[in-house]
Amino acid sequence: MKATMTSIHHHNTVLAIILMASFLFTVPLASAGAVESLTIPILYLHQTIDRPPVLSNIHVPPKDSGIKGAELAIHDSNTTGRFLNHHYQLQYISANDLKTAQQQTKQWLQQGHQLILAHLPAKTLVSLANTPGIQGKAILINIAAKDDELRTQHCTTGLLHVIPSRAMLADALAQFLVVKRWRKWLLIRGGMPEDKAFAKAIKRSAKRFGGKLLEEKHWRFDTDLRRTAQQELPLFTQTDDYDITLVADEAGDVGEYIPYNTWRPRPVAGTQGLTPLGWHAVVEQWGAIQLQNRFRSHAQRPMNDIDYAAWVAVRAIAEAVTRTGDQDASTLYSYLFSEHYELAAFKGRKLSFRPWNGQLRQPIPLVHPRALVSQSPQPGFLHPHSELDTLGFDKAEVSCHYRLTL
Amino acid sequence: MKRRLLISLTSLCMTILLPHGYASGADLAYISNEKDNTLSVIDLNSFDVVNTISVGLRPRGITFSHDQKQLYICASDSDSIQVMDIASLQVISDLPSGEDPEQFALHPNGQHLYIANEDSAVVTVVDTQSREVIAQVDVGIEPEGIAVSPDGKWAVNTSETTNMLHWIDTSTFTLVDNTLVGQRPRHVEFSDDGKILWASSEIGGTVTVVDVASRKPMKIIDFKIPGVHRDRIQPVGIKLTKDGRYAFVALGPANHIAVIDRTTYEVESYLLVGRRVWHMAFAKDQQLLLTTNGVSGDVSVIDIEDLEVIKSIKVGRYPWGVAVSQK
Repeated sequence: MKATMTSIHHHNTVLAIILMASFLFTVPLASAGAVESLTIPILYLHQTIDRPPVLSNIHVPPKDSGIKGAELAIHDSNTTGRFLNHHYQLQYISANDLKTAQQQTKQWLQQGHQLILAHLPAKTLVSLANTPGIQGKAILINIAAKDDELRTQHCTTGLLHVIPSRAMLADALAQFLVVKRWRKWLLIRGGMPEDKAFAKAIKRSAKRFGGKLLEEKHWRFDTDLRRTAQQELPLFTQTDDYDITLVADEAGDVGEYIPYNTWRPRPVAGTQGLTPLGWHAVVEQWGAIQLQNRFRSHAQRPMNDIDYAAWVAVRAIAEAVTRTGDQDASTLYSYLFSEHYELAAFKGRKLSFRPWNGQLRQPIPLVHPRALVSQSPQPGFLHPHSELDTLGFDKAEVSCHYRLTL
Repeated sequence: MKRRLLISLTSLCMTILLPHGYASGADLAYISNEKDNTLSVIDLNSFDVVNTISVGLRPRGITFSHDQKQLYICASDSDSIQVMDIASLQVISDLPSGEDPEQFALHPNGQHLYIANEDSAVVTVVDTQSREVIAQVDVGIEPEGIAVSPDGKWAVNTSETTNMLHWIDTSTFTLVDNTLVGQRPRHVEFSDDGKILWASSEIGGTVTVVDVASRKPMKIIDFKIPGVHRDRIQPVGIKLTKDGRYAFVALGPANHIAVIDRTTYEVESYLLVGRRVWHMAFAKDQQLLLTTNGVSGDVSVIDIEDLEVIKSIKVGRYPWGVAVSQK
């Protein structure tokens, strides 16, 4: 997960004001009780996350993942804002390394702004969040890094996570498998650090929910599986009888060729097959079709989990601004953790932030490419506070010193 | 008798048989089936589905003209309001509706239809006689519920993502005020005297009771059902009895109707109905309450005097709206 020097823009740093909400002034609709105007600038800090080469290039992740979701949320929030005289602005900055990210963030803070969406690799994010002068001075919302360590060891006051952790995703899948009584698992993983991390999350979930890992296999294929999957994979997946094959291949390399090629006729889940994700284009329940339609007409493509995380991040801030009538980061931060805070975000339940590590509680859709299969938490997985806390790291598993005030 | 009535309805021998047939007393309930593109017609004496009628795409909100001769249907994915002639059960015209009409309310003047356009953040006002759009009012994201006050002064619309009630002055078609409520407001309903407005918040899990004169919330009602997680209690439809005694609130995936005493604002009981209950209508001079249960694909019938569910009737896929012709 090293930083890359390429970026969706040509220069090291591009300052681009994406949306200045110029239409705000055309509709004089603020209510009788409207107060003075508020302007809420939000920074979108982006470092392109490096992707390894993969066998098949059919599905290339869109380069504008994330930012399109943030733009849409700014537009949505301004529609609400015009009734309250609140104006949201988004500024996009592409930073190719930690140093640039630190400089740009400090500059943002010097301008008196404190709200930041972080589309960064975990390593950059941890360093940035702990930089003196930044740590505790801003609300930094992680929209892309799924690393569990960010939720257990490296939590930093002011750093929130709206993208689900790998642990949340694996737990969501494991609950479903347990409900289906598919308890015997064959785990296949690739060699990237992300694959190891997802495999680790799967193993943790197996322990939590009673899955039985029959075997863990690590592939080192150096042939072109596009042609030989039918010969190679049956041999590779020969083992004691399993109910399901779980795949850990986040980049979508060998994993794409595992469904239908296993030794036994068993379903495939994990990063391929039945997949737990924060969001996917097939989610249409709970009014989600409205969001999907709005996104599609804005971005000319389906909405993915990073787009959704960026959308939720802006909406989370905007909801706090709407309810408090304030844009001061410490006021918003306290409100985000108050018992009054609740966010509707097309997942059929109100969402809120975990006070022990700043992770957004949320249901996790389980999808195949053409339809929603299920959504976890599954019925029957109970929790004394919130069923949503059966996904990911609960309070007792986290040793961070996370403060609820900025 | 009802079968004969049905045959007579569909064979268009209306002029002779209808007055007699209706005089003998069958209330009919029309149910919009969102995922079947049909309406189911239920005879409320026999509780049988007596007809299924093909309509436009994704029918949701439905409401009668004041004379009950026409039924207006939001055909959301056809981007139109269809007008069905009840005598012939034929769609006789389409009204311009704006994009993705979801719910609407008819002004007491019987002429102006206020339509929430879910995809385009506007409320469209259509003249049902001239079939023209006479105004469009910008509101919040995902306008959903809509109601017109009994005196005709206000049209109030809810916006699901903006979380507000938008107050539209019907004499000028302008938005004059907004009331912030709980997450994802779905439905609004005026009391018969027009002094109080009830608004449900689906994700917030609450109902806000608003004083119409000040347009400020005066009461927020919470729900608790033993064995049902509070996140699954998602209020949508609201119905208020004309005697002022009860408010009924449909609680979505909690599969219950809350019965609220309107003098104390306390929940008096919860009635178990079908799965994912959204909208409701009174029938038989408010002796009965009908509910649409989307996931189980049926309609529950509640006896209001006894507060008991007396019947469940299978209809099409994803029943959404309900309108009753009362004779």
